[in-house]
This record gives sequence, C-alpha cells and structure tokens, in this order.
Amino acid sequence: MKIKSILKACACLLFWSSLGLNTTGQSQNAGLKLPPGFSAKTILDSSGKTRHLVVLPGGLIYVKMARPWKGNGIMILKEDNAGKASIAGGFGDYGGTGIYVKNGYLYASSNEAVFRYKLNEKNEVLTPDQPERIITGLKMGRQHETKSIVLDNDNNIYVNIGSPSNSCQLQDRQPGSLGVPGCPLLDSAGGIWQFRVDKADQSYSQGIRYATGLRNVVGLDWNQQNNTLFVTQHGRDQLNDLFPAFYTAQQNAELPAECLYMIKKGDDAGFPFAYYDQLQKKYMQAPEYGGDGKKEAGKKYLEPVVAFPGHMAPNGLLFYTGTQFPEKYRNGAFVAFHGSWNRTPQKQEGYYVVFVPFANGKPSGNWEVFADGFSGQAEVMTPRQAKHRPCGLAQGPDGALYVTDDVKGTIYKIEYKK
Amino acid sequence: MRKVFTLGLVIISLTGFAQSAKKPVAKKPVTHVSAATLSINRGKLVYQKFCMSCHQADGGGVPNLNPPLIGTTGVLGNKNRLVKIVRNGLQEHVEIDGEFYSNNMPPFKMLTDQQVADVLTYIRRSFGNKATPVLKSEVSPYYAKGKK
Ligand code: HEC
Repeated sequence: MKIKSILKACACLLFWSSLGLNTTGQSQNAGLKLPPGFSAKTILDSSGKTRHLVVLPGGLIYVKMARPWKGNGIMILKEDNAGKASIAGGFGDYGGTGIYVKNGYLYASSNEAVFRYKLNEKNEVLTPDQPERIITGLKMGRQHETKSIVLDNDNNIYVNIGSPSNSCQLQDRQPGSLGVPGCPLLDSAGGIWQFRVDKADQSYSQGIRYATGLRNVVGLDWNQQNNTLFVTQHGRDQLNDLFPAFYTAQQNAELPAECLYMIKKGDDAGFPFAYYDQLQKKYMQAPEYGGDGKKEAGKKYLEPVVAFPGHMAPNGLLFYTGTQFPEKYRNGAFVAFHGSWNRTPQKQEGYYVVFVPFANGKPSGNWEVFADGFSGQAEVMTPRQAKHRPCGLAQGPDGALYVTDDVKGTIYKIEYKK
Repeated sequence: MRKVFTLGLVIISLTGFAQSAKKPVAKKPVTHVSAATLSINRGKLVYQKFCMSCHQADGGGVPNLNPPLIGTTGVLGNKNRLVKIVRNGLQEHVEIDGEFYSNNMPPFKMLTDQQVADVLTYIRRSFGNKATPVLKSEVSPYYAKGKK
C-alpha cells in the first residue's frame, strides 16, 4: 500500500513535470520539435478558434475565426519588429475557415458564402462593413460545413463544399446502413466548385463543379510552379464501427488514406463509392456501395499525389515559395494535420505539420514530420488531451511559416537562421 | 515519457475502478449492487462497440464534433430522454451545456431493451458520473407508452 502510494506520487510528479516543459510556451521553440536550424515562437498566445490566415507585407495578419470571437469573424493582428503580435481589431460577423489574399483583395468565407474586401496600399481593409458578396447559397451540412478557398492566376476562385455526411449512407453513421444509390448529394457537395472572383452573388448555376468525389477538403493551395490546384482530403470514418464483418479495429484506425491530390478540371476522387487504401496502394470499393474490404474499385479515380495514414485531418496546405528556408524546402508542400479522433482504441495520430519535398510540381521524396509537439503530450489518446491543434498555414513576406491553433487560438511563427 | 503517461493512465483507471467498485457497496443492499455492477460491465461492452469511437474511451467526446458524456445535465438527467437519444439518434444540433457538436449520432434500433439499459447505466456510472442506473423496466414502458 505504502509503496503503491509513493509510486503514485512519483508518477504524478513526473507526469506533470513532463507536461509543464511542453506547455509553458516560454520553453524552447514554444514547445515544438523542429529540424536543426529552425526556431519557433508564439506571436499570439491565445484568442478564439483560429482557422486559416494570411500574413501580409507591413506586418498585418488576417485570421479567420471558426466562430466570431469578441464579435469578429476576422481578427486583425499587427506584428511588431520584435515578432509579437497585438490584436488590432476585427470585422465580419460570420464564422468560417477560408481566407485568401490576391491582387489587392481579401477573400473570406462563411460556411455558406464568400465575401471580398478591397485592400489599400498598406493592405488595410477599406470598408470592413461593406464587403462584396461574390458567392452565396452554398450547401452547409452539420458536418464538413467549412468552405476553404484559394485563387488561381486567371481570376477564378475555388471553393470546397464538403459532404454533409460521412459516406452518403441512407442513415448517416448507422452501423450497416447502405449508400444512397448514386449519391445525389454530389450535385451540390462533396467536391470543389469554381467561380469568378469579381461577380456578385454567384451560386451553383453560375459556378462549375470543378472536381467531385472529395468528401471534405480543408487544406488547399494553388501550385505556382505548375499552375495547378492541390487539395488535401479528409477521408471517411468508421470502417469497422459501421461494417465490423469486413474491417478490424486496426484497419479502422489506419484506413483510408488522407490524400493530397493534384486537381484538374473534371477529376473524380471516388467518394463515396470508393476510398484509397494507402497500404495496398489501390482504390477499394466502399462497403456502403458493394465493397467488402477486399473488392477493388478499378482505375477510374484520381490517383493521390501523397497518401498519408488515416484520420489525421489535413487542415492546412501551403506550397513554400520563400527563400528563408533551405533549398530543400523550396516549392515543397507543408501540411498541417489537426489530429485524429477516429483511431480509438489506439492512440491518436497527427497533431503536427509535415513537409513533402517537391520538384516541378511532383513529390521528389518521402514526407516527413516538420513541426511536432503542438499537443503538449507524449501521446494523445483522445483529442481533448491536445493543448493545441495545428490548423492553418501561411507564409510571411520574409519567408517565415505561420501556423494557427484552433484550441487556444495560439499563433506560431517558425523561422530558419543559418 | 510514453511509459510515464501509460503509468499515469493505469493509475487513473485503477483509482477510478476502485472508486466505482467501492461506492455501491456502502449504499445499497448486496443483491442490488451485483445487478448494477453486472449491468455496468455489460454496458461497457456495448459502449466499446457502438459508442466509443465518437464519445471516446474516457467519455470526453471530441471537441466541436461529439459531446462529452461527463457530468452533462443531459447524461445525469431525465432517463426517458436518454433512452430516446440512443433509440432514435440525435441530429438536431442541440446545445449541450453551452457548446454545439456538429456530428450526427445515428439511431441504435438494433440494441435490445437490456442493452440500452446497460449502456446508459454504464455512462451514468462511469467517467466520474454518479447518477442512478437505468433499469430494463425503465426502457420498455417508454415504448409501451409510445413517444413522449
Ligand atoms: C457517430 C458518432 C456517435 C456515436 C457512434 C454515438 N454518439 Fe452519442 N452523440 C453524438 C453526437 C454528435 C451527439 C450530439 C448530437 C446533437 O447535438 O444533435 C450525441 C449525443 C449523445 C447524448 C446526449 C448528451 C447530452 O448531454 O445531452 C448521449 C446520452 C449519447 N450521445 C449517448 C450515446 C451512446 C450511449 C452511444 C452508443 C450506443 C452513442 N451516443 C453513440 C455522436 C455519437
């Protein structure tokens, strides 16, 4: 009994001190583990649920909030020369995820619409209360409701419209429930839509379904090297929960892949009829649509560029075009993984930022973890334990990498010095 | 680090187990205790199979997605409402103690009355919850009377 309680006290002490090291924020590199030569700090310690962000010349940063925070759906930060940011106001009464800047306009999305704001030469928003609403009436389910956005170089904007259900079952997430024949929701969701940047109040009839079969995309970016859209998809959940006869708990944890796709007009990534199995490197038929864990789906769907392990939730994608980071990082992709919940009873995965080296618009090597330690835990058994979860990525004018966290609203800045 | 964490978990679960095993003995007559404990044990298996991926092993849920089952007014409260949630699912985006959760909870119509009673007893008596058990007889009459 005595030994037991001593042991218990020791374990608790050790446990708490190991936590303390990672969570103080004062600790080295803001608690992050980085490759040699890189350093990190927090420019803002806490705010609301910060999602995607843009960092502009002159020290202005605009951050999209999942829900309005202190009344504002977009938070304005001003970063000083010492690298600390102060909150310099906000605007927009809508929550959401997407935000992007191009050619003198700031674009931001609610979960149903996209707005744009003219910027002046100092990158300030001139009329925060009078945005142009360029897109409206987009489908918003309870799940996968966020609209991520990016622009190309030809005055088009790309918007993710996520599937309102896990796998288009007749009864969402009910064990054994089969798929709705043909999955008609793909007409208005489960893909990427293209619109013009400068027309008011466009909706489905003015837009183009640019790509389909994408369950929910949160990270997306335009690759300037090959002038093409890239997206990261959140793969489906609960293979074993819903179809225990076909999948083990182990397969449930690992499958399907979280895919990075290069998207051309008309592409189909298979959802909900098929999913990509990164272990067999094949598309498999979904169990809701005649699959049994073994049936392959053939070659008709878009091959992923990178297939990451399951459920890690890629929420941010950024092609690095700066020169501050070493040669290896130029034009490569950073992906922020929000972290899994659908791997129980195993430990969760993700909660880090990875790097994929690219050359000429194609991966030129294996992906690797770039920044780890956001969760402040040695292992995350359940997402609630994570102190921070990486979400949005942005490149600063000087080539630094910014990462948002939507648990505490912490903003990280990662830099490289020779 | 990993070892320490696991050790921490083991200790937490050990103390948790000790508590939940001890409490009823002090309060209730012996026959009832074993019935409740048996129901909790059976309910745990139902929970692991049908509920755990969303509400998580510790009942803590997934922030923004699936609500925690720890100490919420709903879980500790009206039993009829709980029976109805498990049978019919919950997809109404209801506010649960000040937060919203965006996932859909499916209906679990395949569970027997006994399994519904067991899983509800398990969640009401685990994760630090100390509400009264749900008996099979409290599940069945709800159906006899129809929806309420
Ligand atoms: C697919 C994920 C999922 C599964 C599986 C699931 N739930 Fe839920 N549960 C939810 C969501 C999401 C809500 C909240 C729904 C809403 O707000 O409309 C919820 C709500 C609840 C509530 C109400 C909580 C409150 O405080 O009012 C209870 C009780 C509950 N679930 C119990 C269970 C039990 C018992 C099981 C297993 C038989 C289960 N759930 C399986 C996702 C799930």
